[in-house]
Amino acid sequence: MSDGLVALDVEQGVTAREGRQDLRRILRELAGNRAALLGLAVVLAVTASALLAPQIAPFDPVAQEITNRLKPPGWTGADGRMRLLGTDHLGRDILSRAIYGARISIVIGLSAVLLAGTLGTLIGLVAGYEGGRIDDLCMRLTDTMLAMPFILLALAVIAVLGPSLLNIIMVLGVTSWVSYARVVRAEVLTLRAREFVAAAKALGGGGLRIVARHLLPNVLTPVIVIATLEVARMIILESALSFLGLGVQPPTPTWGGMLADGRAYLSTAWWLATFPGLCIMLSVLGINLLGDWLRDVLDPRLKV
Amino acid sequence: MTHYLFRRFWQSLLVLFGISLIVFILLHLSGDPAVLLMPPDATKEDIDNFRTLMGFNDPLFIRWPPWAGLSPPWRFVTETQYGRFMGGMVRGDFGLSFRHQQPALGLVLERMPATLELTLAAMLIAVSVAIPVGIVSAVRRNTSLDHAGMVLALLGQSMPVYWLGIMLILLFAVRLNLLPAFGSGSLSHLILPAITLGAFSMARIARLTRSGMLEVLGQEYVRTARAKGLAERRIILKHALKNAAIPVITVIGLDLGTLLGGAVITETIFAWPGVGRLAVQAIANRDYPVVQAAVFLLAAIFVLINFLVDVLYTYVDPRVAYK
Repeated sequence: MSDGLVALDVEQGVTAREGRQDLRRILRELAGNRAALLGLAVVLAVTASALLAPQIAPFDPVAQEITNRLKPPGWTGADGRMRLLGTDHLGRDILSRAIYGARISIVIGLSAVLLAGTLGTLIGLVAGYEGGRIDDLCMRLTDTMLAMPFILLALAVIAVLGPSLLNIIMVLGVTSWVSYARVVRAEVLTLRAREFVAAAKALGGGGLRIVARHLLPNVLTPVIVIATLEVARMIILESALSFLGLGVQPPTPTWGGMLADGRAYLSTAWWLATFPGLCIMLSVLGINLLGDWLRDVLDPRLKV
Repeated sequence: MTHYLFRRFWQSLLVLFGISLIVFILLHLSGDPAVLLMPPDATKEDIDNFRTLMGFNDPLFIRWPPWAGLSPPWRFVTETQYGRFMGGMVRGDFGLSFRHQQPALGLVLERMPATLELTLAAMLIAVSVAIPVGIVSAVRRNTSLDHAGMVLALLGQSMPVYWLGIMLILLFAVRLNLLPAFGSGSLSHLILPAITLGAFSMARIARLTRSGMLEVLGQEYVRTARAKGLAERRIILKHALKNAAIPVITVIGLDLGTLLGGAVITETIFAWPGVGRLAVQAIANRDYPVVQAAVFLLAAIFVLINFLVDVLYTYVDPRVAYK
């Protein structure tokens, strides 16, 4: 009996030693891929500025100096300190606000992905393993979510519930599980027919045990790839909500909110809208590069 | 084939039902729609009257207890809030807009042509740029042309829509003064919003066309076609592209729906008089019948487009009907 279980584990390829070898292989691949390294560097930089914002930001991100409003990038104040990226319409330092803005993007991006990934993986596991009517129900549910005009739905829900950090994470998470569910379900459908699942069933394993011990570990790879790419999408969506005025509320600095503020000054002060947009684009680009690479290394068949 | 289409049609109906449920729940998320809809300074008495008037005291889905009054089950349509909502919706009645005092559906339908115009223009631009770029990238794989195309595509996928919109306004309207920054009416008004809205799809379709073409170009029938001595141009456009088209058509169908919904932001930036802008204003004004009608209609069009894509599929690749 115990021999049988060891054999099953080997077939699944999840022994600790193989895991370590996989990790080493992945790191070797990473070192040879310039695009992925660039992505990793950007992601690390954004994470670092989110974590260390109070230490590295040159100014207080919410301190207003009305006399120094709309100063161009590189402007040096009477205090002798340079505003590298200029100041906004309330005289706040744009660089400091951009650094603090990384916090909201990272927190919301990661939490929403964690929520959506958990939900989607669960739904996909249940749909794929149970099949039949439950599968049908889950699939119609994903079709329904897919059909919803996402931004509009999120705006409407947040308008009803109020734009708090928690509500935004909930709305983004609860409405974004579809891609995980579809991929996990498809994986489970092929895994279900494999011998190690039949063997686990024959050994008397219950449904929950089979799903948790035998199916879940095998679907995690595509889930990780999707989750990485989804962090980028969440950052864009969060900033879109802020841009439309229903994100995390002022004076908390968010990239989307800074962009929205800058819109009114497009013709006189281009730097207000340009720099926060660059922050969003660079972070998203970095995450996408990293995600594309992860997909190519871990699961090249995945179409995301 | 008929069986497959019939099943897809039935599934689409179920999805529409799901959408109606979500749209209905939207209003009840806060727990008390009367408080949500009335102005903040309304008295408690006003709110109570309004609640009774709108029927918000009635059960949402099921009369409770079910045997009370022993009325026949079809009374569901008049006695529960969801029943009334569904009944109205089937007749095309989403209620009156609080702000405009006009039927909500009519307001949304009035704006629909503008949104469809923008969406189709965006998709047209996206497809007509992305497919040639994808083909060239695949055929000239690993040349600087390929790299340039794919870097642009990656940038396009990473750019937030509204930032692109603002940057285009800054460049073409504010600096160069070539195109109008907002409004609608002429072809020149359409260019910037359509590019803004289409950029993401353009990037996605270009990458997908490239990977699809690469896959197909390695197939044996392409080698056969080459061995026959067919012109390379003919091989690429006739033999390869047609077979690489299937995933591209799926994404075009999906993206068309996403664009409809995504037009919200583009319409807001360019003051484009479409459904998205109407809905955003309605959300700000708490004009929920209009929000509900807009969300439902946009979702329903998405479902319709995807159903049509499935029908189209059975022509492009009859095998899908038998899977």
